[in-house]
Amino acid sequence: MIELMDVRKAFNQGRHNELWAVRGVSLQVPAQQVTVLRGPSGSGKTTLLTLVGCLARPTSGRVRLHGRDVSGMTERFLTGLRRQTFGFVFQQFNLVRGLTVEQNVMLPAYPLGLTRRDLRRRAHGLLESLDLAEHAQARVEWLSGGQAQRAAIARALVNDPDVILADEPTANLDTELSRRFLDIVRDLKAQGKTLLMTSHDPLICQAPEVDLVVGLRDGQLD
Amino acid sequence: MTPWLQRQRHLIDFTVEALARRKGRNLALLVVYALMVFVLASVLLFSQALRREAALLLAQAPEITVQRLVAGRMDLVPAAHLERLAGLRGVASAQGRLWGYYYDPATQANYTLMVPLTDPPPPGTMQVGPTLARFWRLGVGDVLSLRTHDGRAFPLSVQGILPTDSALVAADLVLIAEADFRAFFGIPAGLYTDLVLKVRNPREVAKVAQKVQRDLPDTRPIIREEILRTYAALFDWREGMVMVLLSGAVLAFMILAWDKASGLSAEERREIGVLKAIGWETSDILAMKLWEGLLVSVFAFLLGYLAAYVHVAAFSASLFVPVLKGWSVLYPDFALTPQVDPFQVFTLFFLTVFPYALATLVPVWRSAVADPDAVMRQ
Repeated sequence: MIELMDVRKAFNQGRHNELWAVRGVSLQVPAQQVTVLRGPSGSGKTTLLTLVGCLARPTSGRVRLHGRDVSGMTERFLTGLRRQTFGFVFQQFNLVRGLTVEQNVMLPAYPLGLTRRDLRRRAHGLLESLDLAEHAQARVEWLSGGQAQRAAIARALVNDPDVILADEPTANLDTELSRRFLDIVRDLKAQGKTLLMTSHDPLICQAPEVDLVVGLRDGQLD
Repeated sequence: MTPWLQRQRHLIDFTVEALARRKGRNLALLVVYALMVFVLASVLLFSQALRREAALLLAQAPEITVQRLVAGRMDLVPAAHLERLAGLRGVASAQGRLWGYYYDPATQANYTLMVPLTDPPPPGTMQVGPTLARFWRLGVGDVLSLRTHDGRAFPLSVQGILPTDSALVAADLVLIAEADFRAFFGIPAGLYTDLVLKVRNPREVAKVAQKVQRDLPDTRPIIREEILRTYAALFDWREGMVMVLLSGAVLAFMILAWDKASGLSAEERREIGVLKAIGWETSDILAMKLWEGLLVSVFAFLLGYLAAYVHVAAFSASLFVPVLKGWSVLYPDFALTPQVDPFQVFTLFFLTVFPYALATLVPVWRSAVADPDAVMRQ
């Protein structure tokens, strides 16, 4: 379970362009369920996702993960958490260009010091389950939008995290591919993963797989 | 393999991939880098080889050379001096040498004419150095006519050509008989160009030189070690001169390398953000960039140093010969054995590899310690 308590986040604090992206959000994200943060552009969805995923620290307030306060932890500890607990699917997928799909999927596991054979076995298992095995040796820039997203999902899953965070996962997909994404979400939920997504896509927000939709506006709960 | 080693292996794999992905930039840097090391190492290796060659040659030279000075200038030495020095305590032998320079307008080169101390050629003949023979296409039995001090033609037939391995000292050498030498330069009997002394006990060389000066105040004794020191200073000076000339290029390279190494493209910054976001530690990213810097710089160093070795060993440093060997028209053609001085290698390595590897870390450090959330906003 992820818990946010009166979380605030400011950018450029103390400068003329100071911006409060999140203004006192308290929220509980239930474990093994699918939660969607819904809101218009600039509502603070992505910032909230980065705070949950330990990509940034809140300016004030607390973020708890399984009862532990992680908002004041050192960068080294947060990196470990990101690696073991969270899997990220970015809006632009952020795959590393010039590398193959397989290499991209293995990237988060490099710091674990596993053998290459183990790494490849993990990557291939995921790529097969996501119907992408035949593209394992293709460079990521050759992939279609849907394939790139599935490669990004495989990369997010390679370290077998408990929580998957996805930022606007269907923003670059058509309806058909968005439905396929929801199929994957259903499978992940069935495996016991916790999913937290941002989206303003009605297809996502109204999907039966989604357990909780949290509205945001101007950095506050709607 | 331990997890730590596996981790380093993955980092190196990723680094090699990263280098290959930006191969244009990295290849250009590698070429410029290797070229720089090549030039610097060539100068160092060549100078070192020349110093060694000179030391080896001078090891055979007489311990003391005695010149006569008149009004501060070198003059011919009378035979009476020779007899006097031969009788000095500690002197094993004393011999008078006859040698001089001949300017040949046809080749615009200076030849060294000399009477060998042992086995001089018969009158009317000569033995010539390999470079001179090659220049005039001389073979045994051919005749070369030189002009005497009073303008007469002086034909000499080639009795032999000096071996190529003596080219460093014998490139422009012409060995002739004593009578021919005296007739050619107009030097009467009983006068020598200088005298050479062999000393029984090597530790007494300085003492014998003192005695020479005391007994014959118009002479200047030169001991072998002084010549060695002079050669070393000369080569050091030339090496320094070349280094000064090259310093501009070195500086330009350093600026280029610093710029290339310390600047991060938007793509690289984004990549660092992605890697941090997916769980790479700051230390992993620094290690990866350090590997990148080390791979480029060590490879460029090895490439440059090897090329320099081949340049000096196989091509006798043909690019730097005019500056480093001397001002001559007839350059000796000889093979050098480059001397690899570990201290010199380390210094060159330290001055080229170390700053580059460090330069790669500075911007990465700045990027890597920042929160990775920026990657979510792209």
